[in-house]
Amino acid sequence: MAPILDVKKLRMDFGGLRAVNDVDLYINEGEIVALIGPNGAGKTTFFNCITGVTKPTAGDVMITPPSSGKTERINGLKPNTITERGLARTFQNIRLFQNMTVLENVMIGRHPRMKAGVLGAILRDPRTKAEEKQVIEDSYEILKKLNLEMFVNELAKNLPYGAQRRLEIARAMATEPFLLLLDEPAAGMNPQETRELDDTIVRIRDTEGITILLIEHDMSLVMSLSERIYVVDYGKLIATGVPEDIKSNPEVIKAYLGEEINA
Amino acid sequence: MSDTAKNGLSRYITAKDVKRSAIMAVWFMFLTFPIMVIKVNTVTDTVEWRWFNMLIIGVASFILSHVWKLMIDRREGRMADAVSSSVIVEKKTLRDRMEEKPMIKKVGSLVILVIAVLFPIVTGMYQTSIMITALLYVVLALGLNIIVGLGGLLVLGYIVFYGVGAYTYALLNYHFGLNFWLALPLGGIFAMIIGILIAIPVLRLRGDYLAIVTLAFGEIFRIVMENWNGLSFGPSGIANIPRPTLFGLDFSIQQSTTLTYYVIVIFVIITIFIVRRLEDSRLGRAWVAMREDEIAGEAMGIDMWKTKLAAFALSTFWAGVAGVIFAGKTTFINPASFTMWESILVLCMVVLGGMGSIPGVISGALIITLLPEYLRAFSELRMLIFGAVLVLVMVFKPEGMIPAIRQKYEFKGITGNKNKGDK
Ligand SMILES: Nc1ncnc2c1ncn2[C@@H]1O[C@H](COP(=O)(O)OP(=O)(O)O)[C@@H](O)[C@H]1O
Ligand SMILES: [Mg+2]
Repeated sequence: MAPILDVKKLRMDFGGLRAVNDVDLYINEGEIVALIGPNGAGKTTFFNCITGVTKPTAGDVMITPPSSGKTERINGLKPNTITERGLARTFQNIRLFQNMTVLENVMIGRHPRMKAGVLGAILRDPRTKAEEKQVIEDSYEILKKLNLEMFVNELAKNLPYGAQRRLEIARAMATEPFLLLLDEPAAGMNPQETRELDDTIVRIRDTEGITILLIEHDMSLVMSLSERIYVVDYGKLIATGVPEDIKSNPEVIKAYLGEEINA
Repeated sequence: MSDTAKNGLSRYITAKDVKRSAIMAVWFMFLTFPIMVIKVNTVTDTVEWRWFNMLIIGVASFILSHVWKLMIDRREGRMADAVSSSVIVEKKTLRDRMEEKPMIKKVGSLVILVIAVLFPIVTGMYQTSIMITALLYVVLALGLNIIVGLGGLLVLGYIVFYGVGAYTYALLNYHFGLNFWLALPLGGIFAMIIGILIAIPVLRLRGDYLAIVTLAFGEIFRIVMENWNGLSFGPSGIANIPRPTLFGLDFSIQQSTTLTYYVIVIFVIITIFIVRRLEDSRLGRAWVAMREDEIAGEAMGIDMWKTKLAAFALSTFWAGVAGVIFAGKTTFINPASFTMWESILVLCMVVLGGMGSIPGVISGALIITLLPEYLRAFSELRMLIFGAVLVLVMVFKPEGMIPAIRQKYEFKGITGNKNKGDK
């Protein structure tokens, strides 16, 4: 079967700066793949191109959702359309809906899977009511999966840092993605939280059947989690392979030299 | 906390503070000198020097400046407390108690309703007329609250849509003899259409840009209405717009005013009802998400374009209907009723009351319309007091008088969560 995400020669220019330089990347269903590289290598920009936040200068982003099996080119589609297709992401610098409750944040994630319109909202017909009830329950179930249920009615901005990161994942999962893109999910977490995150990500893949692409700086997390790794530097793909190969790859070591591995 | 309270008093009366307050007092005396001290008697052509007023201003600002400082200190103390303690201290406010006991809320609403119904009977026509104006602004503020308070889009030319409603009724009546009741929905629909037409080109703008462009649209509307004599009869406006009546009967001014009052009361209730429901729906949550973080909202699958358009359409509808009622009440409209100042006033009501909070926005509208009305006794100081109140609220309650609270949900198996589940 075709890879669920197949990126070919992706390029992103910001004026004179080539932030992503002809990167190829693919992911098969059920994999956990990591994208690593020093700060400013273009990893977040790569995510932005795939999720429609920025329109890539050149290249192809092809998806093949496991449910339909139909391949589609998604460059240039709006972010919300891409989310509807089944890609969901988290943000490196947390972007929760600060003044909404934890539950509401997840309920927003259900938005593309809901139908109610203006009339439904005003009339509250049985169908809208049932949908609303269902969404509340589903969202709560998702919170439970990420151990966030004790915060259910808390405002997102009042959560501890680690919980905010998990809430970002919960919110993304609520959109029912087949591919989840995590941008530095462990950033700012303590070692205990990072270990828990490791378990959580594996659990999401195993029990929810969601494929995962993550950007991460925490090398122990990357090495233990991922089945394959892509390494970028200055926007260019410099290595790809299984963790053991990446660890001993001279190019990778050179790219990371002078930079702390954990930075 | 008790420490800060103890030190509070001794800390705040320092020589430096006294000096600061004294300077402030002198500055205020100087500032208010032209309006408070000099009074030209136009009959005798002499100038009266009211030095006593200056003394009052000096003493008052000296004292107020201390109170001000104390309040700032207390606020900062409170904020520092909130930051230092990681546990969120739950303080029970009247509001929380109300949420716990729905009875209080129900009885309260009933009392307000009874007062509202009896108001024109108990008070005279003059008071009723003032209240109609206040309630018109309540509707406007609730409408603008959809765009600004929930959607987070800063729109400055909102009064245009009020104007569209008013002119819809005035013109359709002038040319085709359309009556008030038919004009009501039509005014709303026309305002909505204009709202959507304006929204389409400007929706890609954000923040300040959107504010400036909508401000410009507001001015364009006014200028067009002032100059397009063929359509709008220019600055002289349209007079003899019929007041609302029932069943084609002839109503006295008093009866019409009372009728208008009940129309606007019913309309306010409908508005509250619908806005409440919108708020607590898929669309309402999308609006708030858009206000909180547009990029994240899009990443969660919200079509921002549709969401914004819905906010514009629903928000402008209320202004249009309110405009029809306004035209029916005053029987005369001209472009001077729809200036930028009015737009800003409505925006103040939303911000002052509490963005996104229905009770907040209603109180904001009532206070801003009624306060200057009842301050007429102090005519000269009216705007000054009004401005001071605005500044005070914004400094000490930046989130508005009655900040918005989020809906809470109850689930089996979790404790510590007060509140209703589904109603
Ligand atoms: N919107 C933008 N406009 C201009 N330059 C950008 C923009 N976004 C990112 N960049 C630049 O692209 C490069 C890659 O950034 P980024 O993708 O955030 O790196 P990483 O996530 O790997 O740390 C950086 O040099 C950054 O300054
Ligand atoms: Mg990054």
